Order: sequence, then C-alpha cells, then structure tokens
Amino acid sequence: MLDRIGAASIDELFDEIPKALRVDSLPGVPVALSEMEVARLVAARAATDGRPLNFIGAGAYEHHIPAPVWALTTRGEIYSAYTPYQAEASQGTLQIMYEFQSMIAGLTAMDVSNASLYDGASALAEACLMAVRAHRRSKSARILVPTTVNPTWRNVARVITEGQGLVLEELPYCTEQGTTIPQALARYDGQDITALVIQQPNFFGQLEDVDALSRWARANGALIIAAVNPVALALLAPPGEWGDDGADIACGEAQPFGVPLSSGGPYVGFMATRMPHVRQMPGRIAGRTVDLDGKPGFTLTLQAREQHIRRGKATSNICTNQGLLMTAATIYLSLLGPVGLERVASACVARTCELVSALSGLRGVRAAFAGPRFHEAVLLLDRPVAPVLESLAAGGIIGGHDLSRDYPELGHALLVCATETRTSEDIGAYAQTLDRVLGR
Amino acid sequence: MKAIEPLIFELSRSGRAATAQYPPASVAVIPEQFQRRARPVLPEVSELQAVRHYTRLSQMNFSIDTQFYPLGSCTMKYNPKVCNSLAMLPEFLGRHPLAPVSTGQGFMACMFELQEMLKAVTGMAGVSLTPMAGAQGEFTGVAMIRAYHRARGDLARNEIIVPDAAHGTNPATATMCGMKIREIASLPDGDVDLAALDAVLSPATAGIMLTNPCTLGVFERRIVEIERRVHAAGGLLYYDGANLNAILGKVLPGVMGFDVIHMNLHKTFSTPHGGGGPGSGAVGVGKRLLPYMPVPVVGRDGEHYRWLDERDLPQSIGRLSGFMGNAGVLLRAYVYMRILGAEGMERVAEFSTLNANYLMARLREAGFDAAYPDRRASHEFIITLRRQAHELGVTAMDFAKRLLDYGYHAPTTYFPLLVPECLLIEPTETETREELDGFADAMAAIQREAVADAAMVKAAPYTLPVRRLDDVRAAKQLDVAWKPARD
Repeated sequence: MLDRIGAASIDELFDEIPKALRVDSLPGVPVALSEMEVARLVAARAATDGRPLNFIGAGAYEHHIPAPVWALTTRGEIYSAYTPYQAEASQGTLQIMYEFQSMIAGLTAMDVSNASLYDGASALAEACLMAVRAHRRSKSARILVPTTVNPTWRNVARVITEGQGLVLEELPYCTEQGTTIPQALARYDGQDITALVIQQPNFFGQLEDVDALSRWARANGALIIAAVNPVALALLAPPGEWGDDGADIACGEAQPFGVPLSSGGPYVGFMATRMPHVRQMPGRIAGRTVDLDGKPGFTLTLQAREQHIRRGKATSNICTNQGLLMTAATIYLSLLGPVGLERVASACVARTCELVSALSGLRGVRAAFAGPRFHEAVLLLDRPVAPVLESLAAGGIIGGHDLSRDYPELGHALLVCATETRTSEDIGAYAQTLDRVLGR
Repeated sequence: MKAIEPLIFELSRSGRAATAQYPPASVAVIPEQFQRRARPVLPEVSELQAVRHYTRLSQMNFSIDTQFYPLGSCTMKYNPKVCNSLAMLPEFLGRHPLAPVSTGQGFMACMFELQEMLKAVTGMAGVSLTPMAGAQGEFTGVAMIRAYHRARGDLARNEIIVPDAAHGTNPATATMCGMKIREIASLPDGDVDLAALDAVLSPATAGIMLTNPCTLGVFERRIVEIERRVHAAGGLLYYDGANLNAILGKVLPGVMGFDVIHMNLHKTFSTPHGGGGPGSGAVGVGKRLLPYMPVPVVGRDGEHYRWLDERDLPQSIGRLSGFMGNAGVLLRAYVYMRILGAEGMERVAEFSTLNANYLMARLREAGFDAAYPDRRASHEFIITLRRQAHELGVTAMDFAKRLLDYGYHAPTTYFPLLVPECLLIEPTETETREELDGFADAMAAIQREAVADAAMVKAAPYTLPVRRLDDVRAAKQLDVAWKPARD
C-alpha cells in the first residue's frame, strides 16, 4: 500500500505535522486488554453495583421493556447506520422517524413532531428558544417557568438560552397543593411575556391546572410550552387540547418508552408543534414523498432550518440526535398500542397510590400534598433525608430523590415513584425497611 | 404504486394487541377535568407483526455492519460488539442516575478512568463527560470561553472566528452562544490564511474554532503560528474533535495549544451512530477553563468516587443534560479504549491515515482529481468532480447515488462547501485493502458509465428499495405525520 502512495513508511504520512508537536507514546492510557479480560473487569464492576429495588423517578422512569425492543434496536442495520443523508439507502431509518413523528403527534395532539432531541431537559431549552423565534410580536424574550418544573431542566434551559438573552422568570407554587398558583400570574397581566412553560405532571408528580394556566397565557399573548411525561398522556388531556385551543409547543422526555434508566442516558427528547410554527422547530424531520417512479418513500425534509445548510442562521446547532433511542421508543409504542399504554399509565397511578398509602402510614412519614397526582409523590420525613436514603440503600432499596437542596422550604422532603414494575411485595419491602430505618 | 413496507399504522387492526406486554389491569383515579377524552392514535398489532415490520425496515438500510460506509468527517468505523454487550449488562441498564453513589461505584470507576484516558489522549487538564453530542460539546466549549472572558471583566469579546471549511455546527454554535461569527478563508493549499486571520483578530476576539486536521482532509501546518496570534490577541482556541481519529497518539490538542476540545466519542471511540445518534461530545479543557467545566464531573476521594457538582465547581457554566450525559455511550467508549490500549490508539491514526492515502492514490490513478493533490491526506480526503460535471453533466451527487448500486454507501457530498462537486471520503482504519480496492474499482466503473451513458448514471440508483426521491415535493407538500382517514 505504501508503494502505491509513494511513501517509505507509515510515519512519513505524518510528515506535515510539525516535529516539535509530535508525541511518541500515550503514558496515561493502559495497555490493551483482550475481550475476555475486559469482559471480566467490567462485569465485576457491574456486579459491585448490583440490582437494588428502585423507587426514584424525578425525570427518569423504570418501565418494563418488551424483549423485542432491544433485540430489534441492536440489529446492525439500525445500530451501525448513520443519519439518513442518502435517503435511498436509509429508508428503514427514515420510515421509523416518520412513524415516531406520527406517534408523538398523536399522543400530544399536535400537528407535527421532529425525530428527537437529546433529552427532555435540552428539549425544554430548545422549546424556549423556538418560542422566541416563533413569537414575532413579543420583544421581551421573557419566559415564565414555574418552580414546579424539574429543577435540572430549568438549569439546563438557563445554560442553553442565556447566550441569546432569554430571561427565564420563576413562578411560585402552593406549598399545600404542590402546584403552580394561577393567581401568581396576575402580576404579569398585560406585560410582554413570550411564553409560559407548564409541566404536566409537574416535578412533584402533582397535576397542574393546565386549562387555567393556558387560558391566562392565551389572554396575555404568551405562547404555551407544554413539558409532558408521554406515558401520562395515555390518561391525561394532551397539550393540543389544553385551555381553549391547546399549547403551541409540546416537549418532553420519551425515555419511558422502552429506554433503560442506564445511569442517565442516552435518553430521547421529543418536540411537537402546530403546523404554522414548523419552520421554527429544531432537529431532523422525515417527510413522505415519492420517487422517480411515483413510489412512496421517505426523505429528510425542511433541511433549510438546519445547521448543515443554514450554518450561523440555523434554528439550532443540533446535528447528531438520539436516533437509536427514537427507534426503541417507536417499537415500544407499536408493541403496547393505545390500550397497552393506557394499562401502563393506570398501573403507574395505582402503584404510586399504594406506595403513598403504605409509606405515609408509618410513624414519621406523611404526604406533603393533597390533590391529584400521576406516578410520583412528595413525602415529608421527621428527619434529614440523605442519611435515611443511605440506610435504605444498604438494605437494597433506592428510596427516592432528596428534595431538600432544590426545595429547602419543604423541609425533609422525599420524592418517590412507583411504576407498573413495582409489585405489592416490592412496596411492602420498602415500607418494612423504611420502618426499620426510622425506628432506629 | 405500493410502498415496499406499509406503515405500522396500516398494519393496525382494532382490538389486536401484543397482550403479553400488558401489566395487570388496575383502576386509576384521575379527576375528570384532567382526563384525556379519546385514546391516542397508536398502532394495534401483534408482537410478530411488529417484529417483522421493524426487521424488514432494518433491511432497507445501509450500515457499517453490511456495507463500506466512507462518509467523510463521520468516522464510520466498526463498532465492536463487546462494547455494546458490556454496556448493556443489566446492572448498568437498571441503575437510576440519582441513586446514591454508594450503589454505583463500579459504574463511577469506569467513568473516572474514561475521563483520565481522554485527558491522556488529548493532553488536556480536565474532562467533563456530560455533553450529549458533538454540537453540544461545541456549545459547551464556546460557553466556557464566554464565561472565562466575563469572569475577567473582558465583556467586549463577543466574536468567534471560524474558517470557511468548518462544519455548519461551528457557526450555529457560536450563534447559540450569542457570539458574532467572523469567517476566514482557507488558502488554495487548504491551510488557514494567516493574513485573513490577522485581519479579524481584535479586542473583540473571544476565540477561534478549528478542526485539525480540517475538513479539507489536511493537517493545518501553521498551527503554532495561529496559536501564538490568537493567544496574543487575548482569544482562546477551541478544537473541534471531529477528526481526532486522524491524529490519535501522534499529536495532542493540548500540546498544540488548544484551551478546549470536544471529542465525538461516536466517531473516534467507535460508539454506534444509531441511525443519527446517540452521540457523546465529552469536552477537555486546559488549566484556564478548568473552573468553568459543566457539571457533574466524576471525582475521587481516596477509593471513593462521587459526582462533583456546583458546590465543587462554583464557576461552572452549569448543566447540559437532565442527568450526567449519555452514560451508556460513555460505557461503550470506555470498553473500546480498554481493548485498544495505548498501542491500539496509535494504530488507529496510522491505519486510518494509511487507508485514506492509499485510496486517494488509487482514485488518482483511476483519473480522479484530488482537491489537494500536493498534500498528505489525513484520515480523509476530497476528490472534486468539477471536470465530470462540466464535461459530462454528471455531478458528485450522481456518482454518490450510483455508488449505492455498487453496494457502497456514498461519501459525504457537497461538503465542505468551498470545494465544488466534492466527495469527502473517509475509509477509516477498520477496512481491508480489498474493500478499498473494490470501492476504487466501482468509482472507475462509474466514470466509464458516465462517459458511455450519462443519463443512466444520472437516474441512479436502480437496485434500492426506492429510486431518487422528490425532495421538492417533500418540502412543498409537507407530509410528516400519518393521520387516520376520516369518513
């Protein structure tokens, strides 16, 4: 091969790199391991972590994943393909994108969806940026974000939007109900507000009065950004039907659809909107068209929004998205269907109800909020949460998420979750272990 | 005409279901005002129907596992299977990201060692693994540069310099960070024009974004001069790691003087591209930017690993993802790096560069024009089909589409934008000489076809599930979601 190139050695191929910059070795990288050795090492590490019983949600939810989901998703033809730039050689990926978009549009009752963003947090950030682009009459770039919205999502939204001058203003919540107080919006009446974010169910698992909040936004000329748990949409009113004429942008985290918890990622953000705003939406979109013979086929469309065409004037810098996870979500929804998804959502509500009853019956534990909820709840303990969680973990129970840093006003608050995967025995085991931990 | 595979919605029949996937029935009490009125439109199919449907769709894709995929700047190398199987151990998949770190020490040890190895291969002082793709890594880098200048009270620095050969993500990222873009031209030999650089450097310069080797497939030979000038002007240097594969173990971005770098773990460290992601855009920083790294970062106290957060890094730019980034992707990269080891890393650069230069030589022998014939190829190179377009009316896109009939995924077409009728070809180190020869032979055959019957080449492909698609119709008669027929 070197003869063909006309070089004497491989090293000669690097002769355009200034000599003073070259390195000869990588001392910080260990020596190579065989597959057998690395498998043993990594399996031992995984075994250290074990498989404790999980009761945390807080933005990532443990659901049953049907066996076909990852058997299909890890097929080499899906796993090792790339962005479908050559449509004729990527009809599988493109059709899956189209099916995913259709499912998300259906679930949210919106007109059009993209084919994924990184995760729920960054999807909210992109939704805020999109609202500023879409709402031409609003000059303020002020977005109202209730404190009942996932605090990490709020942090991410601030980091991603502050360079473009967006101002995210927090709205207070009712410490009795754990929901945004619609009256808190009154001080913004008549002001130039670009958008209002509404998370349903909210970070505490409580159901917000989305109709009242949406009507305020509409009456005051603000766009409505819905951040929703997509499993909950099997039971709850979809963003497209909120208030009198629905939300303008719906976004969220589709991890609950067939994507494992996996220490936080990769997950899959989604975003849907109304047709008039489609050209302001970030991310890839697959469209159905025809080929030279008139046969139906799929291609990436509206690419003039994207960075590889528009460069500095693109709607976002996003390039690689979450295609593999989007595929898992599409297969998951195909297997569950409308009835199966409703069953999953109902089981989540029922299991969480059972969990709250079991735990709040213990001495030193009570539920923080009344009012309807989906599959999470805030419990108040009679002592600091962190040591309790450590003791529970020692007993094989991942007991929930400590809220005392993000919501100090609540006191010793613990966010717990039970999905359809938690049985009565699991809940009983948690209650028993907690009782023991608190008894000491 | 009928589609080759119907939509999953078209397979749906009311009442059909994969009932084994249902949880037990339960009664959920949701007050009426919150309830959904009509069930969402989702397909109702059996499990076998779903399995067949998605298996068939997969078979309509080209992929690395089935075809040579020389997509320039995307580093489509083999994704070792063990990286996937170990990342999918049930303990890793089942771990909740907010579980106490005492229950995640095995996972955290892998992440800590990954950070250390990435520092070693880039020569940087710190690494944060949280960015979820290359473009988010770019965003992170520019946001840190912005934070650095602001912390020094240097508020006038709001310009980012970007060469014209850069990926579209570079200017798009600078815009997202509220920066103004100053584009500079490349010289005819592919290097940055230093005079053009001098002309834009000013007290408003926040930094420069460079890909090196650049997307023209050549190493920037005057990188030392560029580094001196930008730093002297008070700006910082950002390294776009899209082409890190080409120099792994040969030269370190930190040694070149870069202040911040993002790595595309889905390119250089071979995590799967997944039909468009997930990626991972881990960032490395020099000493100046250490305080601004995004959180969380894995730290070690003695034998115990923990997350460093806002309390440890109070000047951090903040968070970029709901948790800590694409952990499953990071685990795959970790396994890949352990299998390669230090010697393997250097082989990556050597064999990817050898393969690229060999394929460029073969194509030049076959009569194709290299865009930079007097330069070494890095791990990728450009051929320009300007002559074929002019003389035969056969464009780079026509060659790309006809290659699909020969069983090769097309190279990157029409990028970089400054080379007319270009194909950006990146063979990667995992291809055999026979595969490269086959590709060169196919290109030569298409050249002969273009001479004999240009119209035939212009209507390719012929052997794929569909022929060329009507992109104009797709954009004008927008059909992006299936809706049930109303009667």
